[in-house]
Amino acid sequence: MLTDARLVAGKDLRLEFRSRVTTTQVLPFVVAIVLLFGFAFEPDADLLVEVTPGLFWMTVLFASMLSIQRSFGIESADGVRDGLRLSGMNPSGIFLGKAAAVFVQLIAVEVVLGFTVTILYGAPIDGLGVLIVTALAATAALAGAGTMFGVLAAGLHGRETLLPLLFLPAVAPVLIAASQAHGLALAGDSGSGLRWSALLALFAVVYVSFGALAFGPLLEES
Amino acid sequence: MTAIPPVDAPGAPAHTGSTATRYLGFVVAGGLALLVALGLFISPPSIEQGDATRIMYIHVPSATTMYYGFGLAGFASAMYLWKKTEFWDLLAGAAAEVGLVFCGLALATGSIWGKPTWGSYWQWDARLTSTLLLFVLFSGYLAVRALQMDTAVRAKRAAFVALFAMIDLPIVHYSVDWWRSLHQEPTLARRDPEIDGMLLFSLMTGMLVFALLFTWLLIHRFRVEFLARRHETKGLADAIATRRAEVHLDQSHRSPDVLDASTGAMETTP
Amino acid sequence: MLSGFPALSGLDLEIAQREVALLRGPNGAGKSTVLRLCAGLVPLESGTASVLGHDVEGDVVSVRRKVGILGHQTNLYEDLTVADNLKFWSSAARAPKVDLASVMDRVGLERRLGDVRVGSLSAGQRRRTAMAVLVARRPRLWLLDEPHAGLDQAGRDLLDGLVAEAVQVGVTVVMASHDHDRALAIATCVVDLAGGMNLAQVKSPESPTHASSTPGNPTGVDTAQPSSGPSSGPSTGPVPRRAPASSPVERSR
Repeated sequence: MLTDARLVAGKDLRLEFRSRVTTTQVLPFVVAIVLLFGFAFEPDADLLVEVTPGLFWMTVLFASMLSIQRSFGIESADGVRDGLRLSGMNPSGIFLGKAAAVFVQLIAVEVVLGFTVTILYGAPIDGLGVLIVTALAATAALAGAGTMFGVLAAGLHGRETLLPLLFLPAVAPVLIAASQAHGLALAGDSGSGLRWSALLALFAVVYVSFGALAFGPLLEES
Repeated sequence: MTAIPPVDAPGAPAHTGSTATRYLGFVVAGGLALLVALGLFISPPSIEQGDATRIMYIHVPSATTMYYGFGLAGFASAMYLWKKTEFWDLLAGAAAEVGLVFCGLALATGSIWGKPTWGSYWQWDARLTSTLLLFVLFSGYLAVRALQMDTAVRAKRAAFVALFAMIDLPIVHYSVDWWRSLHQEPTLARRDPEIDGMLLFSLMTGMLVFALLFTWLLIHRFRVEFLARRHETKGLADAIATRRAEVHLDQSHRSPDVLDASTGAMETTP
Repeated sequence: MLSGFPALSGLDLEIAQREVALLRGPNGAGKSTVLRLCAGLVPLESGTASVLGHDVEGDVVSVRRKVGILGHQTNLYEDLTVADNLKFWSSAARAPKVDLASVMDRVGLERRLGDVRVGSLSAGQRRRTAMAVLVARRPRLWLLDEPHAGLDQAGRDLLDGLVAEAVQVGVTVVMASHDHDRALAIATCVVDLAGGMNLAQVKSPESPTHASSTPGNPTGVDTAQPSSGPSSGPSTGPVPRRAPASSPVERSR
């Protein structure tokens, strides 16, 4: 299973490297959102700093939508999905591989997003340790849930619109926990922040496990 | 589930009612009347909130019934994935739909309760917020069920979505609760320190009546969907027969000399 | 069932190892579905199917690992290079490490194309890449859906050569093709399909004259003896099968 995961993750990331969709599309998208929120709320420095955690994670959620769509978009061309089924690879391995690739891409997005938010909103970078832990756990949860919903809804004709509807409410807890942890970290309250991070880690475990089990049956029959 | 004859058979049911549901229906109707009497007239107003509490007689039962519905949908989905029979799929769908109705009712009544109590229709109360999220989650489930695709494939996918929603349920509750507990606010779950006997009785009656109402609606919804499916797939045998007929069409096109000469010469020229 | 419509309606089929079976029939007869069934990609409504000794319903993963499909779609990642695709798909099948150069030579792809995006290749080159993937995966059963379509003369010769080589090493081939002449030349048995079931199955000796003598026997009739023309080769017992109402869908090896 892990060999398959590594193989698929490698393939997805290599594909990303060659097609550069994340760098050319998702990153600018993310910067645009930060900018637009600035427009929407007016450049009130205090307000922007206060809403930074929430805005940061909302933006990550939107970015993950794009990543997931892309992750399964590449599988919809030219019978590749059939090829995956036929390859004889362990479906849970395929799941972990795809989720891992999404995870890596999202982390990259978050780093850039972090810089953008720090510069544009003047948000401080305190509690970096907690921030990193939070980001890792939250992203893992998002990648897990997203890949599961992705195989169900994304990349197939007429079902792209279903992904946001299914995914966003389902990961609302991640949004809550991540924003809280982020906010607390920035405020200097690492202890409480870490409690939320621990919760996020639990979410990640649950979502990834469920996804690994569900992916096999769901991959069958588009 | 008793066998129901195919749609076009002579004995096919013309509606989804049956003796059992008629009895049940009467009981439910009577129960609702009783509940109205208890709720609006007989039981006393609460000390803290006055007459506004009366809406609790609908709100609380709606909420519990909603949980029955979603819980049943989750259970039926798991059973479907195990047994793969149509019954469980239909049950899951019907339970989720009826559950969603009660969810909406719980939200509406909760919001209405909020106006006199909080001064606004929404206050990000933990319970209400989780319920709204549940509403959206199961709307997503019903959206998946509405997709046009092979029945069995769709059923499997919907089942996974339902199971995920069930697993997400405690996660949602816990995180929303914790989130709101940081800001103290009057919650809907607050009950009077001294619970009046009549109040409790009315509440219990309400829960029972609503549970029965749910069952009645569930049975009908299930049957409607069952009949709709029968109507759609009008028998595998028919379809197979049609498919086979293609052979004869092909055959007759390819080798006209096979045809019996006595039935009339096959005019090869128009 | 495809959206409530049965693609196959009573198939009774048996193909032995090392055979090159040709599926014939009009469009919509179910040829592609039979191929997909052998790959374990199609759910069975009733009956049994076993491929390479594995039951399709119970142990589908084993079936898939040993089966290779070459169809209308290339099953290739457009954004990856030829080399990437070859490496990925052969590793996925746990095939022995592929010698890129030799495989590409075998299918007539210039070596320099190894680092070219599949999306940039011509249709014919993509077909050859798909063939390369098939060869690299080393499956025991080849399922070819209209393999000659879209290939030029050289490509078709190449394919026939690959099939011949494969059979030498013990591979079984099932192919659906409209290019009757060419396909019949390499086929060792012919299956006629129509309306989702097979009408007859005949082992055809090498001589092309016998190819035209396969009978088209309508359904429901008992085991009819196919009319065989003058047979010069060894008398190969034809294996026609009845196709009753909902017979087991059986394919065993």
